[in-house]
Amino acid sequence: MATETLTLGKALNTGLRRALENDPKVVIMGEDVGKLGGVFRITDGLQKDFGDQRVIDTPLAESGIIGTAVGLAIRGYRPVCEIQFDGFVYPAYDQIVSQVAKMHYRSQGKVRIPMVIRIPYGGGIGAVEHHSESPEAYFAHTAGLKVVTCANPQDAYVMIQQAIASDDPIVFLEPKRRYWEKGPVDTEAPLAEAYPLHSARVARAGTDATVLAYGPMVRTALDAATAAAEDGRELEVVDLRTLSPLDLTAAYESVKRTGRCVVVHEAPGNLGLGSEIAARITEECFYSLESPVLRVTGFDTPYPASRVEEEYLPDLDRVLDAVDRTFGW
Amino acid sequence: MAKGDPGVTGRGRRAAPRSRKGATGDPQLVQLLTADGERIESATGPDGTEYRVDFTDEEYRGLYRDLVLVRKLDAEATALQRQGELGLWASLLGQEAAQVGSGRALRTQDMAFPTYREHGVLYCRGIDPIMPLGLFRGVDQGGWDPNEFKFNMYTIVIGAQTLHATGYAMGVHMDGRTGTEDGEAVIAYFGDGATSQGDVNEAFVWASVFNTPLVFFCQNNQYAISEPLERQTRVPLYQRAGGFGFPGVRVDGNDVLASYAVTRHALDNARLGQGPSLIEAYTYRMGAHTTSDDPTRYRIASEVEAWQAKDPIARMKAFLTKQKIADDAFFAEVDEQARTESVHLRERVLAMPDPEPVTMFDNVYPTGSPELDVQRAQFTKYMESFEGSAH
Ligand SMILES: Cc1ncc(C[n+]2csc(CCOP(=O)(O)OP(=O)(O)O)c2C)c(N)n1
Ligand SMILES: [Mg+2]
Repeated sequence: MATETLTLGKALNTGLRRALENDPKVVIMGEDVGKLGGVFRITDGLQKDFGDQRVIDTPLAESGIIGTAVGLAIRGYRPVCEIQFDGFVYPAYDQIVSQVAKMHYRSQGKVRIPMVIRIPYGGGIGAVEHHSESPEAYFAHTAGLKVVTCANPQDAYVMIQQAIASDDPIVFLEPKRRYWEKGPVDTEAPLAEAYPLHSARVARAGTDATVLAYGPMVRTALDAATAAAEDGRELEVVDLRTLSPLDLTAAYESVKRTGRCVVVHEAPGNLGLGSEIAARITEECFYSLESPVLRVTGFDTPYPASRVEEEYLPDLDRVLDAVDRTFGW
Repeated sequence: MAKGDPGVTGRGRRAAPRSRKGATGDPQLVQLLTADGERIESATGPDGTEYRVDFTDEEYRGLYRDLVLVRKLDAEATALQRQGELGLWASLLGQEAAQVGSGRALRTQDMAFPTYREHGVLYCRGIDPIMPLGLFRGVDQGGWDPNEFKFNMYTIVIGAQTLHATGYAMGVHMDGRTGTEDGEAVIAYFGDGATSQGDVNEAFVWASVFNTPLVFFCQNNQYAISEPLERQTRVPLYQRAGGFGFPGVRVDGNDVLASYAVTRHALDNARLGQGPSLIEAYTYRMGAHTTSDDPTRYRIASEVEAWQAKDPIARMKAFLTKQKIADDAFFAEVDEQARTESVHLRERVLAMPDPEPVTMFDNVYPTGSPELDVQRAQFTKYMESFEGSAH
């Protein structure tokens, strides 16, 4: 086993490199993905090594990126599209929800769009507007799209390759504020034996309450669990990883043991993933629950100016506060 | 000229085409001041329009003052970002002439729709340069009233504002505010990269079929972050206009006089009811895309040096000096004013308070929302729970 210590960003870069090596039909396309290596350097060095036919700097038009990727997919390619920031995916929204998502259905299974749409998402980096959003619910709400998100370098490395290998169109959400976090990555384990893409995973075992999180909030939830442990409370943290389809098997099992559940995400609470998750947990674990499922989310406002984003974003205190409330019910 | 409207003196005039071309020898480029500071009396656009300016010495000096001031204030903002006082800055370095020329060409009643880089246009509208810094510091998201300043909020989503400008111009037309010398005109700013966006092309269509009083002002600074112009187009950008049914012209965007002349002409045509046009201001982004960018990854130093020789301020200074329109005392005085204004800007940025967190709930809806009121109350209570604690 060859374990390297990589940042989450470098793990994605390494995973993309693998995908390009393994399948000549894989092409990367997006704004500034070539010489610049993307504004976050996730495609750093790839154009140099694979050429500008495989790592394509596109004109500045998101609808064009996704629309042409549909055509490439029909032609047999496996496009991996980079959207520069979450807030810039919307010009492509029509192509994604009306075209990408429905091709397989409309063609009665004859057309596959094995496309990956990579989107750095979420806040916490002090950015100006449109650079900190969490659009996952828009995509998870759309039948025909799958939505996944990674929370650590190992998953980043594996999941990006699994997403590219999958014949489903997949929105691949990258927690941009965690790009620089380091962790061990096994770069040699065979992909076929890897943990399945559309499965959640327990990130920390615990007995007193269950915290469900994904993407950038997994780190926050784990920090909350560490803090709670100092106060003698053991939180179980589940990293959901797949947002559509949701995999709540581990969550159900956990909540049936703990009786308490808090869902955390950065996106606004109203009709966010947390709503669906809370409903399902309630249906599945009703007789085990000691309190309602609580949500810790961004507020139902536009993403605010960066000087107040700390207060907007769920943090350790807000997670612990919610956990406390499940005990006070 | 710094604060006043230069009126008709500088207005580009239509006349019979003449064979004389700009000194660059580039028939595509309207130029009235060469890189060496040589004055060209008139230049002919692709449709035969003859462009000239007729400024007084005072007005020439005013343009120079504008150029120096917007560069200095921009440099101050870059420095503030480096010191952590701004989250980000999009510098206009190199594009001063395109912005001052077009900005000064606007008449009081005209409306501008900027991107995120039009600090120079903002300045020429007589707006306090502190205004956009809240956005870049992260204390607000623009927050000014477009109608008060005749200057829309900055738009970061590439190209979106071109449609807004088009709709605004449709409104001007519908209000009967075109067709006379004192009619209104609208200007939409965007970059070379933006020309690839669907929104921009839709704006071209709308503006054309509704014959809106609109000037599309594209600052072709040769790059969209790392991507060179060739990634967006295979024809000169100004020529795109023809396909949409309105005139296009390419101007030397480092020449403040020509930028003024073509914009004034286009705006006046628009206000008279003659419809939209496209100006491609051919210029160069001398700095990084923003303070987050590292241009050494995608462009070579010699290219930057070649454009350095075409600097918009140096050529204006050379012209003023040669023509004895300004002397060293004047240049020193302008530098001193620039220094004072930038120090003043810095002090006020440092004094900008952070917003109260609870204000994030403000202004989501003009008529409010009971659900959000509940959230705000919960948030307030939650924040109060920390008061007096070690947090
Ligand atoms: C819809 C959208 N996509 C991507 C971006 C990210 N982005 C910001 S500026 C920029 C390049 C813009 O280039 P150009 O239009 O030439 O303007 P310039 O910055 O050179 O003034 C990009 C891709 C964005 N702001 N909006
Ligand atoms: Mg540009």
